[in-house]
Amino acid sequence: MKEIIRIEDFNLYYGKEHALKNINAKILQNNITALIGPSGCGKSTLLRSINRLNDTIPNVTIEGYLFFEEKNIYENNYDIIRLRKKIGMVFQKPNPFPFSIYDNVAYGPRIWGIKNKTELDSIVEESLKLAALWDEVKDKLKKSGLSLSGGQQQRLCIARALAVKPEVLLMDEPTSALDPISTRYIEELILELKKNFTIVIVTHNMQQAARVSDMTAFMYLGEIIEYDNTEKIFTVPSKKLTEDYITGRFG
Amino acid sequence: MHIINKKIIIEKIGIILVSLSTLIVISSLIIIFYDILVKGIDKISFEFLFTFPKKNMTEGGIYPAIIGTLYVTIVSVIFSVPFGITAGIYLSEYSKENKFTTLIRTTIKNLAGIPSIVYGLFGLGIFVTGMKIGESVLSAGLTLGLLVLPVIITTTEEALKRVPESYRDASIGLGATKWQTIKKVLIPSAGPGIMTGIILSIGRAAGETAPILFTGAAFYLHTLPGSIFDKFMALPYHIFALSTQHAQLSKVRPIAYGATLILIFLVFMLSSIAFFLRLKLRKISEGNL
Repeated sequence: MKEIIRIEDFNLYYGKEHALKNINAKILQNNITALIGPSGCGKSTLLRSINRLNDTIPNVTIEGYLFFEEKNIYENNYDIIRLRKKIGMVFQKPNPFPFSIYDNVAYGPRIWGIKNKTELDSIVEESLKLAALWDEVKDKLKKSGLSLSGGQQQRLCIARALAVKPEVLLMDEPTSALDPISTRYIEELILELKKNFTIVIVTHNMQQAARVSDMTAFMYLGEIIEYDNTEKIFTVPSKKLTEDYITGRFG
Repeated sequence: MHIINKKIIIEKIGIILVSLSTLIVISSLIIIFYDILVKGIDKISFEFLFTFPKKNMTEGGIYPAIIGTLYVTIVSVIFSVPFGITAGIYLSEYSKENKFTTLIRTTIKNLAGIPSIVYGLFGLGIFVTGMKIGESVLSAGLTLGLLVLPVIITTTEEALKRVPESYRDASIGLGATKWQTIKKVLIPSAGPGIMTGIILSIGRAAGETAPILFTGAAFYLHTLPGSIFDKFMALPYHIFALSTQHAQLSKVRPIAYGATLILIFLVFMLSSIAFFLRLKLRKISEGNL
């Protein structure tokens, strides 16, 4: 399988705090890669480094390389706006804009200059279908995105991210604010999306990582302790620390 | 048991005190309004609203004062709203936290507390004589604009700060630039808050006397201002003049009360518009589109 993201000797500091230490990893296309580890281990920070969302935080220093499609995204003059179009993101808490369902999904395409109504209509429909939300909302596209349930809101956010036709989807604990049934919907959706997208998912929920991901990276105190096939990580981890974490001895 | 009783008694005393102070505040407002209403309502008529004062202001209406107030208020809004909102955006979204921006913020907050007569003198110094605009609708409007600027800046900044960080992340994450995010997500989301600041300012601008005293308000004019470079009559100044400056104070008192009632009504209307706008905008942002 083709590698789409390669992280090399990557270090990140929040001021003086060394938040990511010597990260080395490859992420394969059309794979689901899970990042697991206890709170504060740096998994969300690593995820947000992939689309350079950490750039919005003051006092962040970065060393090392992060290649997306063979180009180092931390190079000067790298087009981060285009990068974020190609690498979409879904957040921990559903965060639809206080606009209509239609306008939420159309937001990205509009930003990218699509004005034609028929074109927008078809993108909105296609994205909502991809996010398995179309049937529930097709009759109320003008209603506010905030009127939906939590699980629907999260699928709306996924549709919004898909509407700009990304290649990679970063998901930061996308189900941690949802009930078990909504969580199952989202997990099924993630497995479905794998056909067309590469997914990197941060999760607190180890069963979730085991259920959906192909590869799992276990992180601890800013380092990747172990990175391997999900099956191997959850059955025969090679590091003691990984085993302790997945068996619930700490976390 | 004893302690519980004591707690309940303290609780009750607290409730009584709180209710009492609310009652005092509200009843004084009602008394003032009632007094003005009773003494002014007889004056209100079509003629009062739409004719010029007559016979050294002892008769006739307040039409030019109403129009003048509208004019200066509009000029002040045109000036203060764009500058106020952009400055608020700068402070909330672009400026870094450092000593300089803290100083700017403190200064703006202090400006909001400066007595309005100081603004009046400032307007006289800068606009009327300094820039040689003269006593006019423009000078007075600009002075009032300066007066309300801090309110608009502060409310805009605070409304933007209240927009959840997650909206910014979502927009930036889709490849939007910072400006696109501000224009398409933050300002619409902060709309109700910004609107509140604007409307409060309009009410304040319409009701102020001191800032227009030296900058363009006239005691009496027999024509409406033909351009923004003319002097004008204004409701608050008209009320002030009729209450203290006129030769036959007792004779013009009912007119003063009538004019006060109209001014209160105008400001009340503005606040109501603000209230409904906010309600509508809030409904949008809460999801009942």
